[in-house]
Amino acid sequence: MNFSKKILAVLALLPGFVFANEGTFPLDHAPERNDVASLQNGAKLFVNYCLNCHSASAMRYNRLRDLGLSEDQIKNNLLFSGEKVGDMMTIAMRPADAKAWFGAVPPDLSVITRARASGAGSGADYLYTYLRTFYKDDARPTGWNNMVVPNVAMPHVLWQLQGVRTARMVEEDDPHEHGKKVHRFAGFEEVSKGQLSPQEFDTQVADLVAYMSWMAEPAQDLRKRLGAIVLLFLACFAFLAWRLNASYWKDVK
Amino acid sequence: MGAAFKETKLPANAPKSQKALAWVDDRFPLSKLWNEQWGRYYAPKNFNVWYIFGSLAMLVLVLQIVTGIFLTMHYKPDANLAFGSVEYIMREVPWGWLVRYMHSTGASMFFIVVYLHMTRALLYGSYRKPRELIWLFGFATFLCLMAEAFFGYLLPWGQMSYWGAQVIVNLFSAIPLIGPDLSLWIRGDYVVSDATLNRFFAFHVIAIPLVLLGLVAAHLIALHEVGSNNPDGIEVKENIGPDGHGVDMIPSHPYYTTKDLFGVSVFLFIYSAVIFFAPEMGGYFLEYNNFIPADSMKTPPHIAPTWYFTPFYSVLRATTSDFMWVVMAGVAAYVVFIWLRSRLSFKTKVVVTAIAVVLEIGMLFLEAKVWGVVLFGSSVVILALLPWLDHSPVKSIRYRPSWHKYVYIVFGIVFVALGYLGTQLPTPAYTLIAQACTLIYFAFFLLMPWWSASGRFKPVPNRVTFTPH
Repeated sequence: MNFSKKILAVLALLPGFVFANEGTFPLDHAPERNDVASLQNGAKLFVNYCLNCHSASAMRYNRLRDLGLSEDQIKNNLLFSGEKVGDMMTIAMRPADAKAWFGAVPPDLSVITRARASGAGSGADYLYTYLRTFYKDDARPTGWNNMVVPNVAMPHVLWQLQGVRTARMVEEDDPHEHGKKVHRFAGFEEVSKGQLSPQEFDTQVADLVAYMSWMAEPAQDLRKRLGAIVLLFLACFAFLAWRLNASYWKDVK
Repeated sequence: MGAAFKETKLPANAPKSQKALAWVDDRFPLSKLWNEQWGRYYAPKNFNVWYIFGSLAMLVLVLQIVTGIFLTMHYKPDANLAFGSVEYIMREVPWGWLVRYMHSTGASMFFIVVYLHMTRALLYGSYRKPRELIWLFGFATFLCLMAEAFFGYLLPWGQMSYWGAQVIVNLFSAIPLIGPDLSLWIRGDYVVSDATLNRFFAFHVIAIPLVLLGLVAAHLIALHEVGSNNPDGIEVKENIGPDGHGVDMIPSHPYYTTKDLFGVSVFLFIYSAVIFFAPEMGGYFLEYNNFIPADSMKTPPHIAPTWYFTPFYSVLRATTSDFMWVVMAGVAAYVVFIWLRSRLSFKTKVVVTAIAVVLEIGMLFLEAKVWGVVLFGSSVVILALLPWLDHSPVKSIRYRPSWHKYVYIVFGIVFVALGYLGTQLPTPAYTLIAQACTLIYFAFFLLMPWWSASGRFKPVPNRVTFTPH
């Protein structure tokens, strides 16, 4: 029994070996920010910073009422360019123009946190790490590069909040191939301060990412609450069905 | 045909419901059907947990059809609108998210239930004479189920939907001579496109479900004709009691009504746990990549089929040009084995050899990818041959030599291993393991005529193993 347990443990590690070789940037865990205030803050950040280039065309503005906002609050604070509160979060930029200006079409963000999930972490973890690892890189057309998505076409939209940093790369001997050198990331170096401290910035990004997680599946909260009741009912039902069955089968000899 | 119309006369004060039923029964065999198919249908009394999966399969079929109907009310089978319509169902249609999750979870549950249903048949020899036709109808149902899942998976029009369909339809182009035209005919276009989406929608919503319903009906009719097998593998109808029914048999109603009700409630608990708390199931039931709209310009780094196809997909990927030499050696060795050890007639042996020679020549001249498709198909079709491969003198694993249990366990591990490998990128090490597993998989079936009949078998009892409870 012990031997087969050991085999199972080794086999369970196999997926890890795949990722160890891929060299993807390790993802930070996005903090849980499920309270309504954080989600509303996230909505504010999303509409102000993201919704210019990215659309969220499956998301209706007035669905934000689920986050405790009234239609008037949405109209006065989150609608900017003549949309109605019942409209979808679409943008005016045409995909062909975006491709010409940025080199890539900014993806629709309606379900982005579901799309970016992987074995390395949830979609929220991915986006939380992505938005916090931009650095100044004069070799890029936008002047910005990113650790999670190398050579990304997106500029650092939140730079005023985080400040400007460069990435320090050190040259080292390749541990796998003798005589070759590799570049290893050795931390960020601050060039100028942003409006927020690092902890404040992390909190803001956490709120934004939490909002995007909510937006990817607005029915999530209801799903889990209903699920608890459904499972409780089914547990009782299964118990009663079990005893009913036992009472009939007593007669079978 | 039959006797003249005879009206059932009930006393004037009989309840209305009884009179209504008598009216129907005079014109339609309703009570007769109920009693013959379930109410007074006698089945072995020693069914265990492995016997719930047939009823569960029927339940999941109904669930998929009903949730499917509601999805079809809102889904748009157009390449530009499909992805958005699914999100519309998830957000705007009242309870749309629940119907969607029921359907996506139901699809994976269908395969879990069907694989366990087939495992029962393997354990207890439920495919042996006289139940071969039940097995063949079941096998045809399994093929249709795989087609239904494949066509349905394109409909959300995500990246994995699109590229998975592209890969699998392109497999057909590997067939010599007719391949590329066949793929073009299936797709309706030179690449997977709106034309493909529309026809796959038609196949998924009506064509295959009709065939599935017909095959399930045939499967059950064949079953009721010969009666169920049981965990002891003995023919319970051969031991009739004074009441005219098998001594080890009980009527399905109420005993299996209540037992199935309990089994269904446990299934619904597990099904609901997934729907409400883990509908994506770590990316196995709802793949992460499928939340990106299909983009014919961007190939995903890792295209994998859904988990229920991965064992067979592994066999396809394991068939490299190097592996073909092993396959050729294997075919040759098998022919030698047939000549030395089988009891087939001389004529049959000659025919087998001729086929093998044609295959060997084909394997020399046709590319590995053609044989990959052949082995991929064969790994599924070989299941159909089980009634004729199994030569064990007893039906059930309970009375076989103990070492047979380990053969089945190894087969199970190999099947799961192939499944896991199918979800991963094909590294050289993984490919080697998949090739070894492919050999063991086919050996389990092709050598079954010999290993299933060897060893010391245990005495089979006259009466079923049953403890009153």
